[in-house]
Amino acid sequence: MAVVSIKNKLRRGNLLVGNEAYIPPAFESIATVTVGSGGAASITFSNIPQTYQHLQIRSLHKGQSYGEITLNSGSWARRHYLYGDGSSASVGSDTANAMFASSSTYFYATICDLFDYTSTNKNRVYRVLNGGDNNGSGVIHLFSGLDTTTTATTSITITGTGGNNFQQYSHFALYGIKSA
Amino acid sequence: MPTTYEPIATTTLASAATSVTFSSIPGTYTDLVIVCQVAFVTAANEIRLRFNSDSNTNYSYTRFKGSSSSASSDRYSNENHIHIGSPGNDAVIGNSINQINNYSNTTTYKTVISRSNFINRELMATVGTWRSTSAITTIYIDNSGGQNITAGSTFTLYGIKAA
Repeated sequence: MAVVSIKNKLRRGNLLVGNEAYIPPAFESIATVTVGSGGAASITFSNIPQTYQHLQIRSLHKGQSYGEITLNSGSWARRHYLYGDGSSASVGSDTANAMFASSSTYFYATICDLFDYTSTNKNRVYRVLNGGDNNGSGVIHLFSGLDTTTTATTSITITGTGGNNFQQYSHFALYGIKSA
Repeated sequence: MPTTYEPIATTTLASAATSVTFSSIPGTYTDLVIVCQVAFVTAANEIRLRFNSDSNTNYSYTRFKGSSSSASSDRYSNENHIHIGSPGNDAVIGNSINQINNYSNTTTYKTVISRSNFINRELMATVGTWRSTSAITTIYIDNSGGQNITAGSTFTLYGIKAA
């Protein structure tokens, strides 16, 4: 199909000739949730497009005391964690669901990566870098976890543990990362 | 679809310098990512961040570190900076990747979460807070010993834009 260049008005037989090549972005915003004045017991990203390779959740949040991550409606098989609380570094593992830490008195930042979320022949693995500091208290965490299901992830729910709400101004953004 | 993750500015040092500044940072993104790939002319102490020319004691941070033989954690309150990496020996390259979520909001304090890797000394994760509700418009990076950062060191600031 012939086109006219937006640069020099020349008529071309190729869409790209005379124009800058369009390079699709590899890191795209899928959805964002900002918690309002009433708080929110959970955050859900649903109908997640299956067109990316990996997902990343970036958040700044406040609310006691953990955010529990659920993929579809499943549960997690095992997680490992490493953290520093300002006086010592500790490690551990258990069969609890995937989580990141939070606080009711100050904001935590979280970067959560979920790899190969559309795969139907590999288990789900996540990793988290997460922490908050309040000028005299605070914790920095690394988490990783395994979900042994092989179902493509179409929804992610983040729930405040113990029935506690995420508080106003908490912000969760889901991004998709494309492969070549 | 608009670009979501894009470079705002890059500084590659043509000659040794004691600091790098990103100024006039647009408030149009949701998050910032600062990637530092650095070495120092002489043995250096900590790489550190400040925001908006604030050198008062409005910063604090908690970190854990792993070296060749042990892991540890420490905390610093009422500081005039946030440490984001420990270069250790001179001329050894290392990196520090720093995330600032919701950097332009004017209702919450600003939180930096970072990971750094300096092979001759330690790897580290840090969370730091700047007790200010101002939007971040300037980022100042230097080191606690005032040493020169080696020519060729790179500092790139990225912006991430949410839907």
